[in-house]
Amino acid sequence: MTVAVVVFPGTNCEHDIVHALDLAGAESELVWHTDTDLSGAMGVVLPGGFAHGDYLRTGAIARFSPIMAEVERLAIEGTPTLGICNGFQILCEAGLLPGALVANRDLAFICKPVHLRVESTESILTRSATVGQVLEIPLNSYEGNYVAADLDAIEADGDVILRYCDATGRSDETSNPNGSMNAIAGITNRGRNVAGLMPHPERASESILGSEDGMVLIESFVASLTVPAT
Amino acid sequence: MTAFRYRVTINRKRGLSDPEGATTRKALQDLGFISVESVSFGRILDLEVDSSDAETAQAEVEAMCAKLLANPVMEDFTIEAVS
Repeated sequence: MTVAVVVFPGTNCEHDIVHALDLAGAESELVWHTDTDLSGAMGVVLPGGFAHGDYLRTGAIARFSPIMAEVERLAIEGTPTLGICNGFQILCEAGLLPGALVANRDLAFICKPVHLRVESTESILTRSATVGQVLEIPLNSYEGNYVAADLDAIEADGDVILRYCDATGRSDETSNPNGSMNAIAGITNRGRNVAGLMPHPERASESILGSEDGMVLIESFVASLTVPAT
Repeated sequence: MTAFRYRVTINRKRGLSDPEGATTRKALQDLGFISVESVSFGRILDLEVDSSDAETAQAEVEAMCAKLLANPVMEDFTIEAVS
């Protein structure tokens, strides 16, 4: 196994990320949420979808799926761990990333390409990008509105890796699609090995999809993959 | 064992974004209810817990809230015994 792509009941973007990882040169394997062994995984991805129907809160039930004890163990050990959209929500629920995701400001499901500005390259998701780089990547969510009580600490620590912006890289209320605090689209943990974002880089991984801008993020993740301790 | 019933109310923490509450407050104000200062959306869960005594049952419900039913990052909860 190289990258473990975790599948919960309701996950629906697993094949897309497997394909994008393949384009970036990484092998991956789908792992069902009731599995309990990820030994041998060089990295973990929690893909998008609606795990467990998003009942109770997005990610709230998925966070207690049997596989999550193993995901948490690996994340704490330093294994690159990426959450995309619903996967991001699950990582926040699990406490592996700070904050939470709530309903979009305008109470509308947003499904459109958005612009993101790279804020930091100190993460498994942005290490191959450059600070200030603007990426166009699709957003596809209802609960994408990032909130955090300790926002100042998150900003001071440099945990913000991607911010919503316009095509020129300017970030203000008009370029913030969902009301996220400080226009945060993606964050990392203190250890810099766990990252989450609401937009879908795997949906911008080939020119036939309209944008290849997501590939720099996928490639960053692949470049971060670690050989597991035996 | 006795069945104890509880009503759990979960609300967004004050100060954190509550788009449903903000939208509903604006709709009320647009209808002339200008006195409404804030609206907070939450959820109510009615639980029936089988337990030897009320104290144990209440402690169980508190643990349920802390672990799964509420997200301490963004939500507060209250527990009310229902007769």
